[in-house]
Amino acid sequence: MVPTNYYVILSAILFGLGVFAFIFKRNIITIFMSIELMLNAVNLAFVAFSQALGKLDGQVFVLFVIVVAAAEAAVGLGIIILIARNRQTLNVERVDLLKL
Amino acid sequence: MTAPIVVFFVLAALAVIGAVSLILQKHPIHSALSLIVVMVALAGLYLLLGAEFVAAVQIIVYGGAIMVLFVFVIMLLNAGVEEHISVSKMAGAPGLLLVVALAGVVAATIAQSSESVQIVPQTGEISSTLGISNMIFREFVYPFELTSFLILVAVLGATVLAQREKS
Repeated sequence: MVPTNYYVILSAILFGLGVFAFIFKRNIITIFMSIELMLNAVNLAFVAFSQALGKLDGQVFVLFVIVVAAAEAAVGLGIIILIARNRQTLNVERVDLLKL
Repeated sequence: MTAPIVVFFVLAALAVIGAVSLILQKHPIHSALSLIVVMVALAGLYLLLGAEFVAAVQIIVYGGAIMVLFVFVIMLLNAGVEEHISVSKMAGAPGLLLVVALAGVVAATIAQSSESVQIVPQTGEISSTLGISNMIFREFVYPFELTSFLILVAVLGATVLAQREKS
């Protein structure tokens, strides 16, 4: 048996790497991928606690998170296509229409 | 070191290497391939945790559908190597401070969680897929039906957004 703590620590590391990528990457598609990485990290914590507590609620929540992530990916990538078409760039630094 | 611990460390190392590679790669297609490595490693960890249905869904939905969508968009937009623009000095220091604060909060929470979580002895005999289907179609049947509405709205939204405007 692997201790639950190991899974939670791995989940925290992956979430931290996701936050880091979200802040420091400049390509809008890569930023979107780092959001998916963070969702995956949270899913791992859900499944680990579900197993530790001997209940299946966590696994059901993971399925809902995956559904929401799929819907979010579809809409988000539509927005990215729109930005790329209107601004001719994928760099978030150049999408600064609302900046003073 | 027993076999499950060794398998855990191999998969965990694979996941962390994939996540670091996502950050280090300059080209978005390489980042996408790194993310697929992370997702497959996580599917292996779910199998290790005895969640075989979640592992299958992870591979099919994340590794299959979502990542294919990402790769498709990268190719459609012909995304190149990302150009680097230096982070502003003003944003750098508070950002680093916030990262340290986040790491501290997470570490404190993990340190507390080891005492609060009561480990239940695992039977390991019962299929988790049976339990999940019972829960989804009994206790969580209304949220489950609502997700179909969510997906419908997402499909409509994506179609409207990506549609070329008629001039």
